[in-house]
Amino acid sequence: MKIGVVAVQGAVSEHVEALNKAMEELKIDEKAVYVRDVKDLNDISGIVIPGGESTTINRLMLTTGMHERIIELSEEGLPILGTCAGAILLAKEGDEQIKQTNTVLLGLMDMKVLRNAYGRQVDSFEADVKIPEIGNKPFRAVFIRAPVIERVWGNTKVWAKHKNTIIGVKKENILALTFHPELTNDLRIHKYFIKMVMK
Amino acid sequence: MFVISDEMKITEKIVEMKGTDRLKRGFAKMCKGGVIMDVVNGEQAKIAEDAGAVSVMALEAVPADIRAKGGVARMADPQKIKEIMDAVTIPVMAKCRIGHFAEAQILEALGVDMIDESEVLTPADEEDHIDKRKFTIPFVCGARNLGEALRRINEGAAMIRTKGEPGTGNVVEAVRHMKLMNREIAELKKMSEKQLKEKAKEYRVPLELVKETRDLGRLPVVNFAAGGISTPSDSSLMMQLGADGIFVGSGIFKSKNPKAYAKAIVEATMHYDDPKILAKVSEGLGEPMEGIDTSKMDEKQKMQIRGTD
Repeated sequence: MKIGVVAVQGAVSEHVEALNKAMEELKIDEKAVYVRDVKDLNDISGIVIPGGESTTINRLMLTTGMHERIIELSEEGLPILGTCAGAILLAKEGDEQIKQTNTVLLGLMDMKVLRNAYGRQVDSFEADVKIPEIGNKPFRAVFIRAPVIERVWGNTKVWAKHKNTIIGVKKENILALTFHPELTNDLRIHKYFIKMVMK
Repeated sequence: MFVISDEMKITEKIVEMKGTDRLKRGFAKMCKGGVIMDVVNGEQAKIAEDAGAVSVMALEAVPADIRAKGGVARMADPQKIKEIMDAVTIPVMAKCRIGHFAEAQILEALGVDMIDESEVLTPADEEDHIDKRKFTIPFVCGARNLGEALRRINEGAAMIRTKGEPGTGNVVEAVRHMKLMNREIAELKKMSEKQLKEKAKEYRVPLELVKETRDLGRLPVVNFAAGGISTPSDSSLMMQLGADGIFVGSGIFKSKNPKAYAKAIVEATMHYDDPKILAKVSEGLGEPMEGIDTSKMDEKQKMQIRGTD
């Protein structure tokens, strides 16, 4: 089993470290890898698209060819975890900001996302959220210029909510979160994803 | 814009925390591996965004022009900052003068995403920097060495950048500052408890911060390169020296072909260790900005000597 993190821009090392710690605790003798080129995608069994600037990550995934290849691999069932910017890119539908910046979405999940939906950095926040899928203990969710998932349809289901907003969705092999599990020491979400990869 | 009504807030009783260290440092982490570009209007901001910049720095004039003009350089006109914020969807940063907390308060009220307490502007306080912990939004500060960096972090900076020598198009000072910081961090590893205490005293920061830096083997916040970076290869050089990302000031919009330079520097920052790709993106860019030999500069003309305490 080899889990990769798309390493074009953003909080890449944080995901690699969280995955490594989670695998160690699960007694899995593997290390996460940095995916910097389309050929690095060939032998991986799961991929994380991290947070960062969605416009930047999108442009670099297109020029490296990773964009097309991830769509192909997803159809073959590759497990994918997208956080914040990564979640935006997984969506089928975006808002005005996505059109205005000519962002090309991967379109792998039946959902509509709104970028920077809570506002600017001054509105960024953290809060304890309840995610039944990972247990009763609340999860500290960190929202940084975060998007909101406005709605889902088809096979994409709501996985987590905060107040009245959708902050996590799941579709078979893909999990998308609007917050940053890699910025806390709580490894439950990374472990959950590792188990998705092991299935 | 998505709105959460007050009614919902009361009934659900979930505490949302803002302005925490984690949110400030987290924002800086989201910029890693990216390029932050100086812009002076909405049109330039759009060029930067299209090229793949992770953020733009809203300014009245780029550092090369500030240097040429002389006089007192201040925070940009709020109207200018708003124009730039309206033009793009990526985060917008803006500069305030060292120690000028009133300018910082104005920038926070405008809703910029990060404040650069910057030596590029004329310092307003010769004794103190801004107490950055009082703010909800994060700050980035320049540093030439580990002592400066740790003092700024202790004041609440969420990101450090090398000072380099702004507006010169000459990378030599940024290289000097990055290498010095790396060396000083490496030296901490070999120190005894007593020596670490002395360092903390010399740097005028808590011992815990010095120890945290030693244990991490790097600064506890993101460390970018800035001050004189003007070509894709400059960006690669700084990334290979350990920078987490790049600020480009005058290098893009003082070059002959800003669009091409902006895109090339973004790609070079991602592929910093792949000389084949670097060769390709460096090809046919046209003339870079004109540079200044910093070794021939009068010490007093240097911006890096501002705000070192």
